[in-house]
Amino acid sequence: MFKTSRKKPEKLIDENDVRLDGRKLNEMRPVKIEVGVLGNADGSAYIEQGKNKILAAVYGPKEVHPKHLALPDRAVLRCRYHMAPFSVEERKSPAPSRRELELSKVIRESLEPSIFTEYYPRTSIDLFIEVLQADGGTRCAGITVASVALADAGIPMRDLVSACAAGKVEGRLVLDLTDVEDKGGEADMPLAYMPNVNSITLLQMDGMLTGEEFEQVINLALDGCKQSGLTQKEALRSKYVTAKEAEAEKEEAGEE
Amino acid sequence: MSSTMTSRVRQKRISQLISRGKRLDGRELTDYREVQVEAGLIERAEGSARVRLGKTEVLVGVKFEMGEPFPDTPNEGVLTVNAELVPLASPTFEPGPPDENSIELARIVDRGIRESKTIATEELCIEPGKKVFVVFVDVYVLNHDGNLIDASCLAALAALLNTKMFNYEVKEGEVKIKPGYKPLPIRNYPVAVTLAKINDKLVVDPGLEEEQVMDARLTITVEKDGKICAVQKGGYGYFSAQQVFEASKIAQQKAEEQRKLVVRE
Amino acid sequence: MPVFYERRQLVTPGDLLAENDYLASENTYKENGKIYATRVGLVNYEDKRVYVVALKSFYAPMVGDTVIGRVVEVTLGGWVIDIRAPYLAMLRASDALERPFKPQKDDLPSIFDVGDMLIAKIVAYDRTRDPLLTVLERGLGKITRGQIIEVTPTKIPRVIGKQGSMISTLKQETGCQITIGQNGRILISGKSPEDERLAVMAIRKIEQEAHTSGLTDRVTEMLKKEKGEKEVVQNVAEETRKTN
Repeated sequence: MFKTSRKKPEKLIDENDVRLDGRKLNEMRPVKIEVGVLGNADGSAYIEQGKNKILAAVYGPKEVHPKHLALPDRAVLRCRYHMAPFSVEERKSPAPSRRELELSKVIRESLEPSIFTEYYPRTSIDLFIEVLQADGGTRCAGITVASVALADAGIPMRDLVSACAAGKVEGRLVLDLTDVEDKGGEADMPLAYMPNVNSITLLQMDGMLTGEEFEQVINLALDGCKQSGLTQKEALRSKYVTAKEAEAEKEEAGEE
Repeated sequence: MSSTMTSRVRQKRISQLISRGKRLDGRELTDYREVQVEAGLIERAEGSARVRLGKTEVLVGVKFEMGEPFPDTPNEGVLTVNAELVPLASPTFEPGPPDENSIELARIVDRGIRESKTIATEELCIEPGKKVFVVFVDVYVLNHDGNLIDASCLAALAALLNTKMFNYEVKEGEVKIKPGYKPLPIRNYPVAVTLAKINDKLVVDPGLEEEQVMDARLTITVEKDGKICAVQKGGYGYFSAQQVFEASKIAQQKAEEQRKLVVRE
Repeated sequence: MPVFYERRQLVTPGDLLAENDYLASENTYKENGKIYATRVGLVNYEDKRVYVVALKSFYAPMVGDTVIGRVVEVTLGGWVIDIRAPYLAMLRASDALERPFKPQKDDLPSIFDVGDMLIAKIVAYDRTRDPLLTVLERGLGKITRGQIIEVTPTKIPRVIGKQGSMISTLKQETGCQITIGQNGRILISGKSPEDERLAVMAIRKIEQEAHTSGLTDRVTEMLKKEKGEKEVVQNVAEETRKTN
């Protein structure tokens, strides 16, 4: 059994404000999103953000089982955030932890405002987020990829929800914390945002921030969300660009 | 659903009043309900306190055990917070294992205490790397009339302030209890302030009916020097960034007022 | 009257499509005078209407639609039908039998059993209950032959074509009977499996290229070519037999 107490790195940020992984303070980790990766789900997407690898799948809208959970005037969104046992440094038990249950709740509450649930009364939309590999900021990456999966399922939405965390590490305000930065830093603030309605749908913070730092970190996180948003749209577009390219070629060749 | 479901007519009334800056019970938008704090009622617990916030009632008990420290903090005591939404507190609470609501409540209370370093955990070390004190904070909700979060955090703080540890010495690897007590070393006084968004207005300390009408809630926990140590947004709605900034300022101010009810300077 | 995209550009949920004077149509919504997309698809502007042809959506039942469904359950008074929608549909015995339903005499599974495919029509549907079906009209009832393929419901109008032009072409060129379910299921019944295969090929092509123009001509051309090749192969086979 590997119960090594990992040696904490000496410094997380050097004198030139460069972080352990080479990033600047306000730089996000590289993000890659693929759409429609699972055959059975009505909608699905996969994200890689730094070392995070997360899969999201959507089933629905469909009849609710058990029936007594149905709402008469709208669809009920059910969400399960779960981490695979091998996703973290020390193997995690497959049973849902208290953290996973809390995150399932706040993630659900971050996505529901974006869905036109009133169009499908008495149905359920089931959302599954599986973290295959974790390195800090999994709930934000999870929300980002889940929103894309919902769009892939054809579920009507007001807007895509984009999420990103910001915080304070060794006295500096940073964007998109890794696991080691979160554990060794002074504050971590995950945030989810819907740009059209200018609304924050997820906001949590643990750590210590003054009132001014609080405002600055929120603005930093909003910036990260906007970047995530661009990646989401690009991913959805590129799924269909191949079809469009084929069409364009045919039109050029065959259109008489 | 439940018999506490507010009728549509009443919900509309609450909503309309709030857009005019008034609340059903006559409070201002930023007023708390009346608070009563009673400490030390459970003698078997090392510490306890009961808070009544309006009709919401929460009892917190603190118990000690000895256990192993976490590997990355070998010289520090351990804090564990648990919350129970006991069925007698509301027709909507069902018996059974903790559901997402009680887990969220426990974790918010935990964050406030932990991030503000309220308990001097370095002073709870018995044998470095081997044995430390584990502090169990159990939140027991007795009556739900809205804003369980603020009431629970206040009760937890009061209970910790009321907590006494027995004197001890370590002889040949064994813990020997000596006569006398000393208070649990407390370094900070975090206070949670919850605001609800109703009709685009921010309302402090939502009552049960207001919670049924609200779009969303935002809890901001403030420590003794005015720094923010925990934030949690809940509910299906959302806040604009402006509203979040406004809420944080209101929270800093209200936290200072509420703290005086529990902490005697 | 600003618009923000060109016709047939790909948009994603939340994209701002137009402002003010426009009317928010399919797969869009209006808020504070601004019109946004609700699904991924191709945006279009027609007169003053803005709408999005969704690339993927599920069937939304409408009264009067013809649908192709699968029986999933037999109940006391009728059947539960899966119509590939968020809701299961109901077929009451009284909407399936031409005479009054007699529970002691009539054995429902012998009329329709679990697994049977039906062509039915939606007679009632509202927010408070599941869609209600009937099979009591001409052309409705149990499917006994042919094959059923599934397409995204948004492509169905294209399979039908303007005033039925596309589907007439398909029927003509393949010689198959084609019944279209608005819920994204199509029944193809031909004289031979090859004829049916042609029809399936054509429909898949339509599905892929639904957003292009000149499709009817290209489909006709493709079908003629396929049939021509088949004839050539048959002729060669006959020739070979004759010479042997």
